[in-house]
Order: sequence, then structure tokens, then C-alpha cells
Amino acid sequence: MKKGMLLAIGLITGVIAFSQDRIFTRKAEISFYSKAPLEDIEAHNKAAVSVLDKGTGQVEFSVLMKGFEFAKALMQEHFNENYVESDKYPKATFKGKITDMSKVKFGTEGSYTVPVSGQLTLHNVTKDVNAGATITIKSGAVSGHTELTITLEDYNIKIPAVVKDKISKTVKVVVNSNYENMK
Amino acid sequence: MQIKTIAFVITLLSLQQGLQAQDDLLKGVEDSVPHKQYVTSAFKSSRVINGHSMEMLGAGVLDVRILHRFGPVNQGVEQFFGLDQASMRLGFDYGICKNLTVGVGRTTTNKDIDGFIKYRLIQQAKGPGGWPISVVLVAGMSIQTYKNLDTSKTISFDERAGYYYQAILGRKFSERFTVQLSPTLVHRNVVVPADDNDIYALGIGGRLKISRRVAFVVDYFYVANGLPHDVGTNPLSIGFDIETGGHVFQLHFSNTSGMNERAFITGTTNKWGKGDIQFGFNLSRVFSVKKKPGFPKAG
Repeated sequence: MKKGMLLAIGLITGVIAFSQDRIFTRKAEISFYSKAPLEDIEAHNKAAVSVLDKGTGQVEFSVLMKGFEFAKALMQEHFNENYVESDKYPKATFKGKITDMSKVKFGTEGSYTVPVSGQLTLHNVTKDVNAGATITIKSGAVSGHTELTITLEDYNIKIPAVVKDKISKTVKVVVNSNYENMK
Repeated sequence: MQIKTIAFVITLLSLQQGLQAQDDLLKGVEDSVPHKQYVTSAFKSSRVINGHSMEMLGAGVLDVRILHRFGPVNQGVEQFFGLDQASMRLGFDYGICKNLTVGVGRTTTNKDIDGFIKYRLIQQAKGPGGWPISVVLVAGMSIQTYKNLDTSKTISFDERAGYYYQAILGRKFSERFTVQLSPTLVHRNVVVPADDNDIYALGIGGRLKISRRVAFVVDYFYVANGLPHDVGTNPLSIGFDIETGGHVFQLHFSNTSGMNERAFITGTTNKWGKGDIQFGFNLSRVFSVKKKPGFPKAG
């Protein structure tokens, strides 16, 4: 009886501790911007999925490429058809870690700047990326913000020769996520 | 002792569980809400070659289309394989919203003026509640505005007008391969005695993407009735779509030089078998007249 109780308590606390550490969102916003003589490009996706483990600092993102919205329908089509090939590679993912998680005091309101490193997979190419992120705690809610610049060539995204000098070779990626507790 | 062992096992178990879960943080969060995803880019252009494709223009997009059809290739080098003779159509299509496109055009042959309304009833989609095909409806008319040389007779508006109604049923089977069927009715008010006023035809269009920017396209119409069989033939066009950023070039060979539905469905007389084909191209240039609201955001 005693053993059974202990076993049950052990298991339950294990599971609870576990889910409390995790916070998530299905509405993370990922935007990217590229400025160039021919065309300024910007796109927004408001349905990225992210999970952050407050204990370990592990963080992951996943986003559907087709969910990016552009100002021009043709840009969106070219993005999906010619650049990132969304039918073949529908998702981009990031798996990484906030390396200095002890800095963040989840019980205290404020903004904390932390380094993040991990692997970004885009267009079937995985690369190591490092960026600075800001974790903000306000009225108990946790939100994250980060910006990074990626080079298209690194991800095997080809710019056609005709527009090579007119389109930026890098894009700035901005990520905003407001986390909720796991249910 | 026993309790210690159990506690140890539990610790091990939860550790293991923790490790496993760390590998897959997104599991359970990510795919728990599958959603409907519309299938896009079934064709490079809003036309297969001559006929409408299941593809629509985006909202606020203007498509300027310049079509050229040359003379028969089998005329030989003296006519530079038909390139010495050209007819053309200048057209403007506009996407009012994502499911509604309207267009007008003017063709040199017969001084045709044509217009159409194209409405997408159903868009093919993946995921729950998604239709496996797209259904697009088209209605259009054309007026032959050529000058009446015989001044003793007048040609009324009704005599000059023709109409067509079309349903396009299409499916993008894979990233590369699309097929569509388009049953069509063409009505002409005035015809020569051997012809019917109402012509029924079935269009078959297909695309096979060869690379990211090049596709092989076939556009065929089977004319079911009404045309005298020794004269009228079914239009078959074979070509390549080449996309270069804002332009789509559709280069093709065809046994028809018609550039609107009445012209190519009811007016095709050349035969592929005799080399009686001509080269032609469609040039499409799109302009975004209206940007989506909310752009640009501060970046």
C-alpha cells in the first residue's frame, strides 16, 4: 500500500514538474525583411508553433512556409514555387537552447537578454545559428523576441541570375512569441 | 531497501521520460490541429495555352497579356516558316478578388473584341474538408467588329456576337503534374448552314513541370458536334511555359491561330498531320495594382 502510494506520488510529481516547465504557443509571429534596389520584400506568418522549456532552456520553433503572407500575390507564389519550394519542404524548424537560462528569473517581472544557439532547418538545409534573444516577463506571461540575419545561399536558396544584383542576398528574420502554459 | 529500489526505478524512469521529451519538444503541440491548406500554382499562368486554366489571378493583380500567332510553318523559308505573318491579341485581365477574375482583349483577326468573367467556385485543398479538385466557371463573349464591305447589307450586333460558357475541373496531382477537363459550350448567333449554332467541346489541359521555372504544357479541345468534319479540326497546342520573375512566356506550336474561345474552338481548320501548324507565344506580365492591407509594416 505504502509502496503503491509512493510510486503514484513519484509518477505524478514527475509528470507535473514536467508540464509546468513547458510553455508553448501556436501563434508565434515570424516576419522577414529584405531591402534591395529592385524590390523590398517583407512577409509575415502568425501561426508558428513554439515550445520553451523554462527549466532546461530548450526552445523549438516550427513554421509552415505556405503560411507566409506577402504584399503581392506574385511574390508569395514565387517564394513558394521558386525560392523555398514549399511543396517539397513545407516547414522550417529551429531546435536550440537558451544557453544562459539561469539569468532569467521567471518569478520577477522584467526583460532579460540571453544568447540562443541551435540549428535552423530551412529548404532542407540545416545550419547552426546564434542570436541574442529577449525574454520578457510581464504579469506572469512570458514572451520572447529575437532577430537574426540569414544568408539565402547558406540554405541553397537560389536567386536567378537576371535579378542577382537587384535582390538582397540576406534576409532579416524577426520572431515574436507570447507563450502560454501547457494545459 | 525495497522502497529505495522503487524510488530509484522511478527516478530513472522519469529521467528517461524527461530526456525523451527533450528531443521532441514540439510533439503533441505541433500537429494536434491539422488544418486545411489550399493548393496553389497548378499552372504557371491563367491559361493553359489557349484555354483558361484552373489558375486565378491574385486580388488586385493586373495581367497584361500579349499573344502572337504566326503563319503555318509548312510555307517554308520563303515565308520564314510563317514568321512573316502574325496576328495578335492584346488583353488585360484583372483579379478583383482571389476567386474572381475579369478580362478583355482585342484581336487583329476579324477585329475581335472579347471579354470574360471567371469565377472559382471551389479551390482544391489538402487537409480536413478540402476538395480534391478545383472548379472554375467561365462565361465570355466576343464581337467581330470588322468593317462591312458590302454596304448594301448591314451586319447587326447579334450577328457579330458569340458566347461561351465553360466549367473547368482540375486537379494538381503533385508538385509537378496538373490535369484539367473543361467542358465548353460555344454559341454563335449566325453560322454557315453546315454548322450548328451551339458547339459542344471538351478541353483537356495538362502541365508537367520540368524545372522550377519551366513547364511542358498541352492544350487540346475535342469538338463534339456541329463542325463539318472535313473542314473543322480539333485544336491541339503543345508548348513550354517559361517563367522569369514577373513574366511568363508560353511558347508553343499549334494547329490553331485563334486567340479567343470562339475562334479556336469553332474556327480551327489546320491539321497537325500535314505540318499545317504554326508557332505562337503568349507573353504575360503581371502588375500588383493593389497591395494587401497591412503592408509594409515597420521593419
